Amino acid sequence: MNTKTPSRLEKVLAAGHLAVTSECGPPRGSNGDAIAKKAEMIKDYVDAINVTDNQTSVTRLCSLAACIRLKLMGLEPILQMVTRDRNRIALQSDILGAASFDIHNILCLSGDHQQFGDNPQGQNVFDLDSVQLIQTARYMRDEGKFLGGDDIDQPPEMFVGAAANPFADPFEIRVRRLAKKVVAGAEFIQTQCIYNLEKFELWMKQARDHGLHEKVYILAGVTPFKSAGMAKYMKNRVPGMDVPDEVVQRMSGTPKEKQPEEGLSICVESIQRLKEVEGIRGFHIMAIEWEEKVPEIVERSGLYPRPKIQ
Amino acid sequence: MIVAERKPFDEITGFIKDCKRILLVGCNECVTVCYAGGKKEVGILASALKMAFTKEGKQLEVKEVTLERQCDHEYLEEIRSIIAEYDSVISLACGVGVQFMAEKYLGTPVFPGVNTLFMGVTEERGVWTERCQGCGQCILGQTAGICPISRCAKRLLNGPCGGSTKGKCEIDKDLDCAWQLIIDRLKELGRLDDYDELIPIKDWSTERAGGPRKLVREDLQP
Repeated sequence: MNTKTPSRLEKVLAAGHLAVTSECGPPRGSNGDAIAKKAEMIKDYVDAINVTDNQTSVTRLCSLAACIRLKLMGLEPILQMVTRDRNRIALQSDILGAASFDIHNILCLSGDHQQFGDNPQGQNVFDLDSVQLIQTARYMRDEGKFLGGDDIDQPPEMFVGAAANPFADPFEIRVRRLAKKVVAGAEFIQTQCIYNLEKFELWMKQARDHGLHEKVYILAGVTPFKSAGMAKYMKNRVPGMDVPDEVVQRMSGTPKEKQPEEGLSICVESIQRLKEVEGIRGFHIMAIEWEEKVPEIVERSGLYPRPKIQ
Repeated sequence: MIVAERKPFDEITGFIKDCKRILLVGCNECVTVCYAGGKKEVGILASALKMAFTKEGKQLEVKEVTLERQCDHEYLEEIRSIIAEYDSVISLACGVGVQFMAEKYLGTPVFPGVNTLFMGVTEERGVWTERCQGCGQCILGQTAGICPISRCAKRLLNGPCGGSTKGKCEIDKDLDCAWQLIIDRLKELGRLDDYDELIPIKDWSTERAGGPRKLVREDLQP
């Protein structure tokens, strides 16, 4: 088993297991127990837990502090970092801070535009973009240097990930952009929520045609619908989201009290189908404010128990 | 050109509420082209200000002047002989002109009559859009002649982000996705393979980040 970092997620993937990750969104306040509570619900059912970084540009408890809390619970956090809010000094500094707590996974993102959040009048940074943040994390780890060229005393050992959205436009460029992230140094990919399975399979085929499935671990992203309203919202209001009409109809055609159950079933069926797609190395389950259902999804998808890795 | 728009009328009257005589100075360059601060706009604003004062039972004398430029000493010198006669100046030039005027004439308050917006083009009559942020190191050669710094809401150098939908930006469905435009043009040029090149981390020190900028051309200096 050939691994480059102490990351448990990397070990699970390198051992050939289908990995399972999920995410916890930090609270809108300073109550650190909120993140611990969410993590408690899912910890035995996942290999690693993403902690979102002020997602949708809404101010929250910071990703790094929340990751440290998870780490102190003995869990495996994935530090999400967006380039929207920090320049290269702060990004490198936070990577070191994370590494100092033995946080060994990072997900490099550009981040939603601040217009979507609670501070639309704020400045944005974007000193780097997501591709360049991948390069930065790899450079710090592999060369043991800061971007400025100085040596790092005890370089961070980060397993470096990135996101991919197969459903944004232009579709024809989406695999090429994935390829750029791989060239930049991404070692694992978590995709946008998949509802349009045909389109995703086409994207995966293109990725395989480029040999990318052998260069990067691709985790398929899934999000269960809680209600028909959520399905409609995701379809119509979330940029870069592709929810086919038949999926919305399936949710709408279900009596309201049964909709959560139907949403979970759609999610589990998607995972079952995606398991058959060559090149899929795991799943990223984003149960938005519905973390308590992650165990059920994992179990029903035949992904439980999780492998024991030292 | 530098694109500007006139400030709200009440904001302008607020600047000069205690004045009796003002000098209203237009500029014959960019702000004339974008109908914000040329000779015509000077005339319109002068009339509106006088009417507003009259309505309140006050008198306002407005001297209208439109200079060739407000970003060059020689044209600003044209008002030196008269400026002391006025309580204040309203400049309808861009922020550059307003400041140069203020630097030159320390003893007279100079107020801005426009909000300076961006460096852009007249896309169609009455519509101006941004094209350049003056980053100091042009990358248009790598991006098919379309600038992601000024035209992508996240100024991504390796876009498009996951929010690009049907050619439009996630922040506004009427705003073109710069990276869609870049990809379309690369295809048109038969150079889509250029897309695969990673654009390296940018040196922003030539941009605003490096502090106020200065260009010296010794060959042109006296």
